[in-house]
Amino acid sequence: MKYLQNIGLALFLLGLTIFTSLIILGNYKLTPVVLDKVVKNKAIKSELFIEIVNNKIVNETFNEPFSFSAEIISAMEVANNAHKQNSEWNKIIWDKPNSFTYVFVKQAGQGIVKENKRLFWWLTFGLGILGALLYIIPNVIVKGPPGVKNNGIWFNAATNRGWIGWFVFVFLVGFYLLLYFCPNYIVNWTYLVDPISELLSGNLASQWFLYGFLYCVVMSVMALRMYIKYRHNKYQILRTSSVLFFQIVFAFLIPEILVRFEKPWYDFKNAFPLDYDFFFSWNLDQLIASGGLGLFILVWGILLTLIIVPVMVYFFGKRWYCSWVCGCGGLAETLGDPYRHLSDKSLKVWKIERWMVHGVLIAALIMTGFTLYSYFSGVATVLGIKVQTIQDIYGFLIGAIFAGVIGTGFYPIFGNRVWCRFGCPLAAYLGIVQRFKSRFRITTNGGQCISCGNCSTYCEQGIDVRAYAQKGENIVRASCVGCGICSAVCPRGVLKLENGPEKGRINSTEILLGNDINLMDLVNQK
Amino acid sequence: MEHIVIIGNGISGVTAARHIRKLSDKKITLVSAETDYFFSRTALMYVFMGHMKFEHTQPYENWFWEKNKIELKKGFVHTIETKHNILYFDNGETLKYDKLIIATGSKPNKFGWPGQDLKGVLGMYHKQDLESLETYAPNNKVCQRAVIVGGGLIGIELAEMLHSRHIPVTFLVREASFWNGVLPQEESAIINREILSNGIDLRLSTNLKEIISDEIGQVKSVIIEETGEEIHCNMLGLTAGVSPNINFIRDSEIETGKGVKVNRFLETNISNIYAIGDCAEQHVAIGSRRPIEAVWYTGRMMGETVAQTICGNRLEYKPGHWFNSAKFMDIEYQTYGWVWAQPKEHEKRFYWEHKSGKKCIHISYDKNTHEFIGINTFGIRMRHDFFDRMLSKKQTIEYVLAHLCDANFDPEFYKLHEQEIVGKFNYENSTSIHLKKRSWKRIFKTN
Ligand SMILES: Cc1cc2nc3c(=O)[nH]c(=O)nc-3n(C[C@H](O)[C@H](O)[C@H](O)COP(=O)(O)OP(=O)(O)OC[C@H]3O[C@@H](n4cnc5c(N)ncnc54)[C@H](O)[C@@H]3O)c2cc1C
Ligand code: SF4
Ligand code: SF4
Repeated sequence: MKYLQNIGLALFLLGLTIFTSLIILGNYKLTPVVLDKVVKNKAIKSELFIEIVNNKIVNETFNEPFSFSAEIISAMEVANNAHKQNSEWNKIIWDKPNSFTYVFVKQAGQGIVKENKRLFWWLTFGLGILGALLYIIPNVIVKGPPGVKNNGIWFNAATNRGWIGWFVFVFLVGFYLLLYFCPNYIVNWTYLVDPISELLSGNLASQWFLYGFLYCVVMSVMALRMYIKYRHNKYQILRTSSVLFFQIVFAFLIPEILVRFEKPWYDFKNAFPLDYDFFFSWNLDQLIASGGLGLFILVWGILLTLIIVPVMVYFFGKRWYCSWVCGCGGLAETLGDPYRHLSDKSLKVWKIERWMVHGVLIAALIMTGFTLYSYFSGVATVLGIKVQTIQDIYGFLIGAIFAGVIGTGFYPIFGNRVWCRFGCPLAAYLGIVQRFKSRFRITTNGGQCISCGNCSTYCEQGIDVRAYAQKGENIVRASCVGCGICSAVCPRGVLKLENGPEKGRINSTEILLGNDINLMDLVNQK
Repeated sequence: MEHIVIIGNGISGVTAARHIRKLSDKKITLVSAETDYFFSRTALMYVFMGHMKFEHTQPYENWFWEKNKIELKKGFVHTIETKHNILYFDNGETLKYDKLIIATGSKPNKFGWPGQDLKGVLGMYHKQDLESLETYAPNNKVCQRAVIVGGGLIGIELAEMLHSRHIPVTFLVREASFWNGVLPQEESAIINREILSNGIDLRLSTNLKEIISDEIGQVKSVIIEETGEEIHCNMLGLTAGVSPNINFIRDSEIETGKGVKVNRFLETNISNIYAIGDCAEQHVAIGSRRPIEAVWYTGRMMGETVAQTICGNRLEYKPGHWFNSAKFMDIEYQTYGWVWAQPKEHEKRFYWEHKSGKKCIHISYDKNTHEFIGINTFGIRMRHDFFDRMLSKKQTIEYVLAHLCDANFDPEFYKLHEQEIVGKFNYENSTSIHLKKRSWKRIFKTN
């Protein structure tokens, strides 16, 4: 069994190595035909840019994407500068350099990967999946009979912030930086999933399609790991199936199919303010322009945030979203599960958490306020600030750096819910509802707690569950995502997630059940 | 300002300190020789198994003590001088107190086995035991086999710990079935199976005769009483129960028996000295309880009670209905009320076991009045509050079974067995109890 797992690990690493090294493979050559196509597609009006590209780049062969990109970017800058001096505003290329360049690189790429997309899919995704499965499935036997098997987690360099953890950290951060800021360097990766993208939406794969596909693959594989690890726990099994379903169907398939029918790309479960650009003018315009479905999406998006989300939180707690539906939560609960115990439980960090997460919520609301004001009034500048600038800053800091680079990249260091805990504005909103108006609580079972600390250790949200349980108090916390792991790992059956009457939900009893009634009354009076 | 000194920073001492702080601003000093800060002894196993780090076993952050003005003093108390209210430490220091609470807990039993003080022979109680374990049994290369003597809760935890590091374990149990002095035969049998199915070499009805040393004074093997068999091992765990850790008190004026003798107010024979937790022994046992109760919960309850007394509200220690819980490998166990190993004269039993052989419930009730006396559950979590009410209100078994859905505390979506359980009872007793649907109103007493 161990042998099989080692083979699995080797195959996985091989797949990963091939995947990583694809970046430097292949040639890049821009033909006049392709240039023409891109110019039309992107509606580029700068003759200067086209001229420079024609002179310096067309028909030249580059053997990595970096210098090729650099040439395009420099052409763009030269052209833009000239246009600015001449005040030819309509000729300026406003796109972000790297994403602008992406289209050229994608089209200009040549060579082994582009010519053997399917083969390389198998060598990367295929090997990775196969290896991971070979590693994961034998755990049914290796880890022993069903039950909580957290043996050795704190001894393993992968899960105790050891060197493997740091390595994974660097890898993930690198991946996200490339994905968000340098898509032009990873076109080879997108080639791998072109066939699938064409099948679904009819288009070539963008970096976002690649990300979406990879997300689904990683979640599926790691969900299998969850199924095995928690095969004795029905709550975990159902919850995992649910997030997986919503990710694959709602976040991945439906939006791609919408695009195939020339409808706007939309993830029906992604609620504002997590979906922070929902009210951006380009989105509103697009929705309004795409007829009945667009209008439906508009109404749905607003209803989702204003009514559906809070009402569901009232009945079931924020877990219905964070642990059963959400994609970010879904990744955290599958890929991130091995890191859940790394969250910080100190009071100090709890304070920081509250400032940060509510700060982001306020930032999102202010940004959206500005956006809507500018949308309806038609002005680009509100209170002397350019709305576009606020959106860009939010998108960069929160949308990319926090949600992506830090949110996932830091799994092996700060635990798997960094984004959900410190950054997600929707979580902050749901949390407020959960804390003040909800039927959900984690019930503490009388006086049975032995203060062992398993619950607190494995709470990904860094909630010191034990602090409540050992006092016989129910746990009612804004940040609890209802993952149910505290309950699962408790060796004394002390915790139960449930939706009951609001009355008595928050019970601060100082003396525990077990002592004589008089004493309890006495102390609770005070 | 009155100075309260507490010897022992375990659950009982710490609970007393916390509650005294809540009720007063007396000066409080917590003394311990074991660790700087309070930790949860019950979680030691999880540290060895790699589920947690040691700091996770500490229920309060380190700043907690200073913030609450609870002084911590590390040191081993050597003598208590009751005439002048002075503690003498083994390094020569002294400490004056106005009131003293003895909360020194337990120590592992040793029954005078030849070789019991060899290297590699250890108990499983203190943090230091865990450190020895790391020395003598860090993995299955250093420790090719471990032997455990004594089939109680700590013994099975130690077995599980060693098993988690793939160290082969031989488990010597004096009784004919695991823990059958406490558990009825059915439950005991389930645990026997659980131990064996984890690949642990369980030897029932087996006693330790002698411990053999190697050249450097470390355990090399043990000899079995009944068969004379020699079992080679690199580590021997002695887990044959615990007894009060009060040797240093024996020569003082304080009255001791097995433990420090206390009355219902947890007062010793010396007027300003109290004893709580594992080390306290009641003059007269309370109800069906034992005079010495070495469990977490009772330590905590005694701490809560003594704090009241010390702060001027002299209060009797009145534990409510008995409850306890444990985990045997993968099987969770909870108990409420009393289910004795052997039914008493007036008792009748109802037993249900799931076909998996890993879940069961065992109910004891009065043969004549049908009053509910207690329940053991394996593999099904139950609500403490529910059974506490059933016991207080002296409900009948019929009532309890009819409302069993209210009692269930398993995570949502778990398979429920109430229908099957009630069906079995009806079948065996020709009754027609109708299972009521779960009611939040009843559970949370909102009406
Ligand atoms: C491995 C293990 C698992 C357990 N699991 C459970 C369980 O699941 N459920 C349950 O109910 N109970 C369990 N118990 C029992 C429970 O832990 C004890 O009942 C409880 O810890 C007793 O608390 P205490 O405060 O009385 O004493 P202790 O926790 O023993 O604390 C006493 C402290 O006093 C110190 N001390 C003693 N003498 C001196 C001295 N002369 N000078 C200075 N310091 C001194 C000791 O070093 C110790 O730190 C378990 C025990 C062990 C060992
Ligand atoms: S408190 Fe429990 S259910 Fe809530 S987030 Fe933490 S581990 Fe999950
Ligand atoms: S895991 Fe259970 S017993 Fe341990 S501290 Fe948490 S609630 Fe208490």
